This record gives sequence, structure tokens and C-alpha cells, in this order.
Amino acid sequence: MSEVIIEAEGLTKRYGNFTAVDSLNLRLEEGEVFGFLGPNGSGKSTTILMLLGLTEPTEGWARISGFDPTRNPLAVKRMIGFLPESVGFYNDLTGRENLQYTARLNSMPMEESDERIEELMDQVELSAAKSQPVGQYSRGMRQRLGLADVLLKEPKLVILDDPTLGLDPAGVNWLLQLIQEMSRTQGITVFISSHRLHEVQRICNRVGIMSHGKMVLEGAVGELVDRQEEGYQLELEVNDATPELMQALQGLPTVDRCVALGNTITISSKDQVRSKALAAVMEHGVDLHQMQARDRSLEEIYLRYFQEA
Amino acid sequence: MGAIFWKEMADHFGRRRFIFLLALVLLAIVWALSVIFGSVQDAASSREEFLFLKVFSSSTDVLPSLLFFISFFGPLAGIILGFDSINSERTQGTLARVLSNPVHRDSVYNGKFLAGLATLSVIQISTILGIVGATMASLGIVPDGEEIIRLVGFAIVAIAYLGLWLAVSMAASIFFRSTVVSAMVAIGLWLLSTFFLILVAGAIADFFVGEIDTQEAAIEHFNIETWISRVSPSFLFSEAADTLLNPTVRSLGVFLQEQVPGLLSSPISAVQSLRLVWPHIVAMISAVVVFLAVSYTKFIREEIRS
Repeated sequence: MSEVIIEAEGLTKRYGNFTAVDSLNLRLEEGEVFGFLGPNGSGKSTTILMLLGLTEPTEGWARISGFDPTRNPLAVKRMIGFLPESVGFYNDLTGRENLQYTARLNSMPMEESDERIEELMDQVELSAAKSQPVGQYSRGMRQRLGLADVLLKEPKLVILDDPTLGLDPAGVNWLLQLIQEMSRTQGITVFISSHRLHEVQRICNRVGIMSHGKMVLEGAVGELVDRQEEGYQLELEVNDATPELMQALQGLPTVDRCVALGNTITISSKDQVRSKALAAVMEHGVDLHQMQARDRSLEEIYLRYFQEA
Repeated sequence: MGAIFWKEMADHFGRRRFIFLLALVLLAIVWALSVIFGSVQDAASSREEFLFLKVFSSSTDVLPSLLFFISFFGPLAGIILGFDSINSERTQGTLARVLSNPVHRDSVYNGKFLAGLATLSVIQISTILGIVGATMASLGIVPDGEEIIRLVGFAIVAIAYLGLWLAVSMAASIFFRSTVVSAMVAIGLWLLSTFFLILVAGAIADFFVGEIDTQEAAIEHFNIETWISRVSPSFLFSEAADTLLNPTVRSLGVFLQEQVPGLLSSPISAVQSLRLVWPHIVAMISAVVVFLAVSYTKFIREEIRS
């Protein structure tokens, strides 16, 4: 069995009467890419701060590779590379100087770190800008520099707090690809928080969805979709949704619900009923314009929790 | 902590505000020259002693003494180096990133404080050396051992005084998120302690003593006023610096008329002067420690959000 990197039990943070994180349990194994999802204000950032020892839990505990972030912060911080939500750099220093400072904070030997900085700057495609002050960097460039900064200390675990925020779609793609690559090639465990599921979901082995400080759903992406009680959805667009047709569709086995909205019929069923529905449409002499099977995607699940929030 | 210290040092010396500090040093030297030609020169021609010390403590018709200059602008230098040390990193988002690296929080604070103190020491020592140099060049004399000891003692007192204001402004930078507010608070405290407190001290003494009709009443009035004033760092500094730079000051209290005939008029030795101001130095250093302790307790367990 692989090593447990993050473990938390009953992790709770209260600010006065407000409970930001409510008895959260977490478990991440080595090499996993975990998507920590939820709307803004659902307690994602607070959880991350507790994992890093930047704030103390009100109740419960967390361990990073067996170390307590509050009691043994240095051991924990040596292992974690953290990219904060809006990463800050010293604007009057160049990109390279900023990374050199990080290297020194990690007591890395100068020559070794200088070499690694060049390498990383190449990797995040900032070689051309490495001697420019960070004040002149764009949002995307800062985010990339942040990633280089995180990787510099060769972490075991990388925690990214909403890394795609404010990036253009190409930038998001590029960033996620890089994260996926580093997890694959170097076996780094990745904990990535985001409020935009569709971007992150494809690179995660497992996701957890936060709502009001609680983890409401957790599991592998496919598994979560299967777990939804409503099963499948089929959308039919016809020239005339006659009552007879509706009745026939409703009568099909495993169909729970059948709703017509104008000429668009939505069928919810436990099993796939595509061919039977098609046959029913033909039988009733109705013209079919379009038929679409809709997976109940994670997005929908996610939206449901988000609408509550 | 070393990494933070050197980074902060580089920052202090590279920033535009360092030019302001350099300007202060230059201004002090120009001030010294005007004091030398305005009043010390006459003292030199009448073969008085301790000319180097006189450069610091004499005033001219136009200018107050250099001591006043240092007690006035020193705190500003301390405040300038400290008022945005923590909160600017917070707003910039660098604090969370730095603290996610394997460094203790107190190292961040200590590194910053020591770098500020080192910068202030450089400024203060170069000011003193510059003034001594200006005196040597213009009067053609060299300081003797006694004067050097006194000047070193003065440098220590001055650095402790500047360091105190650095500690105050760094504490403000921890307690107030906005750099503007923390600067205002630090400057407010400075004004309060430098001007207001000393004004109020006399009034409070009046209130307690009432009419000064007897000798005892006069002494009591003086004591109350002095002790309240001593809460003010600038008063403490001026008193200590005066004693160190003026070998004829032999006590910080009052002399009664009947005691005066028994006093020797010769100057006291540097070591004895240092002994007189020892409590002042200790008081200033303890004030620094108090401010550091208050800052620590706030900073160590605080939540660092980006």
C-alpha cells in the first residue's frame, strides 16, 4: 500500500459563530491528484491553511506524512509546495531573484539551485522574462512563476489554491497539463482546489466537493456519476409531442419521468432506453429532429451543490 | 533567518527611501559644520575642552543642537524602515508564500528587525563619523580617548533609541493591515510621546503639587515632571545623550542651594557618565523587548491568508 500523504479527521475551523470548515475528513495517498472543489466561501482555502499550519484548527487534526502542521511546521513545509490563491512576488525583484530567495529560504546550495532555477524557468516558459522585474509580469506569467516556485524545492506534495483563476483557456490548459505531467513523471501528490469543476475534473483521480464547510461528495469522477440516483437522461426534439407519444414513453420499462417542454421531451430513466424510445417515436408517426443522450455529468452534480450555496 | 536578513538588507539599501536616509546623514553633517563655524570655533580659540562633544551638544543663534536633530529625525528613520515591513508583504501576497517555506514565523520577524537595526546602525554610525570627520577637517584636532568612549556610548544610546522606533513601527505593521494606517499610528505615537507627553508632564505636576512655595514642593514638582517625561523615549534619549556628551553633568536630579558649594567643578570621567545613563539604556532596550514581545504574540498564532 502506498504512503498516506494527507490525513485529517474532524478538522474544524470556527470564526466566532461561523463554522468555515465542519469536521472534515481527508485521506490522500501518494501520487494521487485530488480535486478539492466547491464554490467560493465553502471552506476550501481555510482547509488548505490548516494543512499548511498557517492557521490552527479549532478542533480535529491533520497530518502531512505523519507530521502535525501546528506542532511541527518546518517538517511539513519542507515537503509541501504551496501555490496561494493570488500568488505574490516581490515586484521589484526579477523572476529569477524571486526564485533564488525561495531557494535560500529552503537552504538549498547556491549552485545547485541556480541550475534548477534555469531549468524550471525553461519548463514554465519564462526563460525570456527571467531577468524582468515581476512587476511587469502578466497574471498568467505570475501563475507560471508560482508553479516554478512551488516545484523548486522538489516537494512531495503540491497544494494549489485555485490555480486557474484569472487565466485564459489556453493558459488553463497549459497549466493543467503541466500539473498532470509532473504528477505522472515525478510521482508528486497534487491537491488542487478550484471552484471551476469542468477545468480541473479531467486531471483528477478523485474529487471532493465542499459545500458550507462540509465535504458533501467524494470519490473518483466516474464513480460519482454512477452514484447519482437518476441514472440517464435522454432528450428528444420532435415536431409534435402528442399525448399518445408521451404516454407510450412514460410506459417504457425503467422510465421514471417523462416531461415535455414545447417540442422537447426529456426522459429520465434508470437504464438506457434510447432504442426503445426511438421505436416509440416511429410507431406514433412523429418526426424526430434530434435525439441526445445526456450523461449526468459531474458538472450537474456540482451545479446542484452550487445552487444551494 | 540569514536569508531573510540579507534580503531585507538589500531591500533597505536598494529602495528609494534609503536616499531619504542618506539625505539625513548629509544634512546632519552640514548642520554640524554650521554649528562648528557658528559657535564651537569660538570655544576652540578659547582652548576649551571636549570640542568634539560640543559639536553635538551646542546650538547656534539659528540652529538648535545636533542632539535635537537626532532626537527629532531619528524616530522618523526608524519608522520609515519598519512601518510597512509585515503588512506590505501581507497585501502583496508574499507573506503566505514565504511562510509556506520551511522558515519559522519568528525568523521572518527577527530577520526583518535585525536588518532594520543594522541599517539604522549604519546610518547612525556614519552620521557620527561624518560629524567627527567634519570637525577634524575644519578645526584640525583629533578626538582623545575620553571623547571616543563618550561618542561610542552616545552611538549605543542613539541606536537603541532608533531601534525602539523601529520596534514600534514594526508592531504597528503587524496590528494594522494598511500601510497608511500603520504609518499614521507610528507617527502619532511619536508625536504624542515627543511633544504632548512632555507638555502634559508639567501640567500633571502642577496638579499634584499645587503652588510651589517651599523648596520641598519645588523638588517634588521637578521629580513628578521628570518621571512622567521619562516615559517619552525622546526625553530619555535627550537626557542620556546630554549626560554622555557633557562631562560636567554629574547628576540627573536637582541640587539644593546648600549642596552646591561642596561640588567639584571638574568634569567626571566617561565611565561615570555611562554609569549615570545606564538605566536609560536599559529602559530603552526593555521597551524594545516589550514591543517585540507584543508583536510576537500577535504574529505567531495569526492566520496568514493570501
